[in-house]
Amino acid sequence: MQGRQVVMRAKYKTSVKDPGIQGVLIMLEDKFSFTPDDPTSSVRVNIEVKSIKSHRVSKEGSQKQALLNLMLDPDIKGGGCIFEFEKFSDRDICRDFVSKVLTKLQALQSSGKEKDSKTVSERPVDEQLSTAEMQHRMKLLQENIELQKLHKQFVISGVLTEAEFWATRKELLAVHASKTPKQRVGFKSAMIADVRPQTDGRSNLVTFNLTPEIIHQIFAEKPAVHKAYLSFVPRKMSEMDFWKKYCRAEYLHKTKNAVAAAAEAADDEELAVFLKHDEILASEARRKLRRVDPTLDMEADQGDDYMHLPDHGIFRDGSKETIDITEYDEYKRTLAQNLNRHAAVVLEGRALDIELGDTRTVAEALSRYKQSELATETSDENSTQERLERLARMTEIEDLQDSHNLPFAPLCIKDPREYFDSQQANAVKALGDTEIGTKPVNCDLSTQQAYRSLKNIISEIKENGFSSPIVKPEVALKVLNGLTQHLSSTKHHLGKSPQDTVLDRLPHRTREELLHHWACIQELLKHFWSSYPITTKYLYTKVSRVKDALSEIYPKLQVIKESAQSDFRHQVSLLVQPMLQALDAAFAHYDAEMQKRPGKSTERPNGYA
Amino acid sequence: MKFQMEDVTVYFPYDHIYPEQYHYMLDLKRALDAKGHCLLEMPTGTGKTIALLSLITSYSLSNPQNPIKLLYCTRTVHEMEKTLAELRLLHNYQLKYRGDSAKILAIGLSSRKNLCINPNVVSANSRDSVDAACRKRTASWVRELAITNPNIETCEFFEGFERVADNVILPAGVYTLQDLRAYGKQKGWCPYYLARRMVPKANVVVYSYQYMLDPKVAGIISKEMQRECVVVFDEAHNIDNVCIEALSVSVRRQTLEGATRNLSKMAQEIDRLKKTDANRLRAEYNRLVDGLAQRGNLPITDAWLANPALPDDILKEAVPGNIRKAEHFLPVLRRLVQYLKGRLETENVEKEGPVSFVASINSHAGIDQKMLKFCYDRLHSLMLTLEITDTDEFLHIQTVCDFATLVGTYSRGFSIIIEPFDERMPHIPDPVLQLSCHDASLAIKPVFDRFQSVVITSGTLSPIDLYPRLLNFHPVISRSFTMSLTRDCICPMVLTRGSDQLPVSTKFDMRSDLGVVRNYGRLLLEMVATVPDGIVCFFVSYSYMDGIINSWNEMDILKEIMQHKLVFIETQDVVETTLALDNYRKACDCGRGAVFFSVARGKVAEGIDFDRHYGRLVIMYGIPFQYTLSRILLARLEYLRETFQIKEGDFLTFDALRQAAQCVGRVIRSKADYGMMIFADKRYSRHDKRSKLPGWILSHLRDAHLNLSTDMALHIAREFLRKMAQPYDKAGNSGKKTLLSQEDLENMVGSNILDMQF
Repeated sequence: MQGRQVVMRAKYKTSVKDPGIQGVLIMLEDKFSFTPDDPTSSVRVNIEVKSIKSHRVSKEGSQKQALLNLMLDPDIKGGGCIFEFEKFSDRDICRDFVSKVLTKLQALQSSGKEKDSKTVSERPVDEQLSTAEMQHRMKLLQENIELQKLHKQFVISGVLTEAEFWATRKELLAVHASKTPKQRVGFKSAMIADVRPQTDGRSNLVTFNLTPEIIHQIFAEKPAVHKAYLSFVPRKMSEMDFWKKYCRAEYLHKTKNAVAAAAEAADDEELAVFLKHDEILASEARRKLRRVDPTLDMEADQGDDYMHLPDHGIFRDGSKETIDITEYDEYKRTLAQNLNRHAAVVLEGRALDIELGDTRTVAEALSRYKQSELATETSDENSTQERLERLARMTEIEDLQDSHNLPFAPLCIKDPREYFDSQQANAVKALGDTEIGTKPVNCDLSTQQAYRSLKNIISEIKENGFSSPIVKPEVALKVLNGLTQHLSSTKHHLGKSPQDTVLDRLPHRTREELLHHWACIQELLKHFWSSYPITTKYLYTKVSRVKDALSEIYPKLQVIKESAQSDFRHQVSLLVQPMLQALDAAFAHYDAEMQKRPGKSTERPNGYA
Repeated sequence: MKFQMEDVTVYFPYDHIYPEQYHYMLDLKRALDAKGHCLLEMPTGTGKTIALLSLITSYSLSNPQNPIKLLYCTRTVHEMEKTLAELRLLHNYQLKYRGDSAKILAIGLSSRKNLCINPNVVSANSRDSVDAACRKRTASWVRELAITNPNIETCEFFEGFERVADNVILPAGVYTLQDLRAYGKQKGWCPYYLARRMVPKANVVVYSYQYMLDPKVAGIISKEMQRECVVVFDEAHNIDNVCIEALSVSVRRQTLEGATRNLSKMAQEIDRLKKTDANRLRAEYNRLVDGLAQRGNLPITDAWLANPALPDDILKEAVPGNIRKAEHFLPVLRRLVQYLKGRLETENVEKEGPVSFVASINSHAGIDQKMLKFCYDRLHSLMLTLEITDTDEFLHIQTVCDFATLVGTYSRGFSIIIEPFDERMPHIPDPVLQLSCHDASLAIKPVFDRFQSVVITSGTLSPIDLYPRLLNFHPVISRSFTMSLTRDCICPMVLTRGSDQLPVSTKFDMRSDLGVVRNYGRLLLEMVATVPDGIVCFFVSYSYMDGIINSWNEMDILKEIMQHKLVFIETQDVVETTLALDNYRKACDCGRGAVFFSVARGKVAEGIDFDRHYGRLVIMYGIPFQYTLSRILLARLEYLRETFQIKEGDFLTFDALRQAAQCVGRVIRSKADYGMMIFADKRYSRHDKRSKLPGWILSHLRDAHLNLSTDMALHIAREFLRKMAQPYDKAGNSGKKTLLSQEDLENMVGSNILDMQF
């Protein structure tokens, strides 16, 4: 669908508010150009890919414009340019293209060498990646210089495709993803649902500003509003009207005039929903009350209080404050209630994992979540048990008794060397056991039996003497020599410290080369072997590509081997040997496969040498 | 641990014991030995409850031939739950080390609302409707009818209980309300009546103060207790207020309107009964002639609230002749209600003694003292005769009769105050006629007389010599313990100035000053940024708290506070407050941290602990004085001055500071715990105020912390928190021992140095 270039209709804008000029955007791998429909227009945009620093896109949404914003590197050309597309899908194609091109460019730049961009652009692109994934891969490459080298060598040079390269490193991507779980952002601590009206100071106009964040919080904190939204919008009123009504109710609350609120609510039943007490909250509170810690339950106290029968006890002594219950009481709402509710919601955390934006989807997701929560709540019966256990734990006075930690015996090793040596001896013994593979021993011997058998053996030896020595002297000598020789030779070569490796003693350049080739061979062989059995044509070409790359390394290794100084030649050849063997094995396998399918050899692509 | 205390083997469920716990037990034991009352003050956070329970149960175990019963009174249901949880811990320990002989039966008792398991009954909202719904299903006449008429609903749980009622037995163990409900569900028995039936047999009963002090309730629940009981009032610093409330009644317009409705309803019932079943009315009359106000032994479900007067003051004689007939009694009540209505029409505040009030009733309404006195009994008898089950509807006339009985019974220690409106809201007419008791000793006197030992204990009983005077009793032991601390785990501070160095106070002329409000806000703001986990703030009243929080909201201080911690507030709605507290604890548990705003004389201050991470700092904004212009308070002060020679100012300061001490004392639970206390008012720096604080706070209040401003307090707080975060030597081995093991105890008893330490 999209290869080396993308052509799309778009509007060019210099800013978001700008109406824009209709035209055609042509995106090539090295530059983007925009030509307006109107030939008389003087606007011509040409952007070098190199000058693009980053790109941004607008969020998907019904009322939103599909925008792509290219930020340009201020060193080359400051500012940015914005393209508006007709559809989000069009925009996404362009976005993917841009991100790919940029990634490629970045990979090139990070390698420090300005490669010829033509070779890059030759490579066909066969996968679509999200920006985030692309960035993630780029980050991985930047962090790991080895990986970057491999990437540079194989992907950029076309031996492996991007997808092939990463396919063997899925775990790297996955591990990384799991290491940083997507952080779920909770509600804001501030009471943003408590929207304060703004006045311009001149007119009597008050303005309420609601953002998706605020709306979400309002839904979470005021289930009545949430329910009203689901039932009213859009059947009964538009969303705008709904929030207008809501803000009107809020304004009435702000004025703290319960009488006025009651009067307004009497006229308008929808407004009344916002003004009255939240029934859903009240029932929720009753439900939750059954689950609170009994040592906190003050409602139970009230149920036990015969002193304050209506009109018994002291009514007005100043220590208690009178609460007058009036008919307008249900229209009163105090800050304290709001604060408590807000804090409870913040504590519960944000339940939704969806993008804020469309109010309707947020409202629906919230109600779904609540239902599921209700279902789980009724099912858990052991919460009471848990609560009781907690209560029992809480009653204990902690410092009057010893701590509850599990008993343990601290590990105490008097002489570490002795301990580890004995461990080694054990290991050796275990090895020896397997080698000898003695007859199964009956362990369930009684003392008498054991004694008898021991006696038998002793008497046997007494009679016969040591007829056959445990080890033949010649063999023993040979083994001893072999062991000690090996010991001395490694000692000789490795110096005193066991941390030294052979590699450290090699010249720096040789070592680097060796390691690099080793990594290359590993990478390629991984791909090589994983392609077998060859079932598709794609695999076939891949194998041949990989094989070519492998055969290129072969002579290089030879060169290293020969160029090494005489001191190290032996060691270098020792190191190179396994690599060569691995390569040989691969080649042999390849040739064998080729011969097996001679019929198919005609299908070889032209590029195959 | 197990140790010998003189002749008693004490089982204590922990490996160690604080020395003050040991001495507390020792004093308690001596009081029990002397069969006398005692008054013990021990700081919060030293394990009073467990020491008390442990000693009394062990004492009982050591005298198996004459076991004493423990009646443990708590102020609130959640304290009851806490106590029972501690008792369970102790009981398990005793069972483990002493075997089956340690088995006891301990139950918590509460109202039907908290114990009922019948879903149709308990779904009612208020306690009164639950009570009435229960009566509707369980009253004896309803159950009789239900035998013949299957349409009448009864309660399956009560029927289940009745079938086994006589030989019902609850296995030994500790039963919280939750356990009782669970057991009732399992057996199909009514937990409420099961608990009521088990009260006489139980070794330990935990219930609310009122079940002991309020004659209306105690007359039903606690009347059959034997003398060999130890009555414990825990957290008893407010006991005088409970006592006077138990004997106070107030009558409002709504009451009288309701009473009038009740009267006409009863008149209809009487008319109906005359036509259908005149015998019943005649039987009642004959019974009253015989001098039986009550119908002998009432079935357990028929008894309603008992006589509001104290048992000794109830006349044991026949109901006066002129109110024996139902049709005569109703007009008397009508006249009484009419008279009270007329008295409520006043425009001035009136204050009167009971004697002149009774005389005035007699002259205006023609009701003499004796008739007034019998009002309660006569009404109760009538309601039983009329077989009224919806008692919640008839509370108004009940109130009026309670009032009449009390005013007819007592001639001193009471006064009648009629106020046309609330002082603070003069524009809203809300007349109220209050019969208020001033003498706390009246209600508690029967308790002191009836039971061999009464223990009054709390974290704040200072000054300890005041309580025997207020309650009019002679303790054999009255003692105040100090706290032996391994480290200075409490840090009281007096903050007199705000961040701008201007004085802060909630004094009437300063409380609305925006500068003070801002300074208070800045103080909290600085603290939430410094102190981890939970912070509790106490304000002097709901209205003050409302005002200051609104101002903080407008100044955006609240917003800044919320960036550090979540905010929860106590409101007058208990459901909301309970949930707020629950959420507050959750926020502290999960590490989010939270601030709780509460009121000094409110429900939260009375019984919720903010120990450990639930409260690392408590800020007391202002001094929680009572509303000094209250007529009732003034009348009480006058009575106290005349009768006990207690000066008004002294009493007010004492009362305010015991509340303040109670608020701040909630942050410490054990010596491993730590917390700071800030008294934010310039008046605390004055010696006459400060010195009324309990000794355990004063001993930690350093001179350098007496006159702080916000920045200094912040600095001290930081230092303190850093110091407390260090590991410490729990047992205090370096100097004086603060944690004793069994071995230590044995050594000390041996060398007899324990007595010398204190």
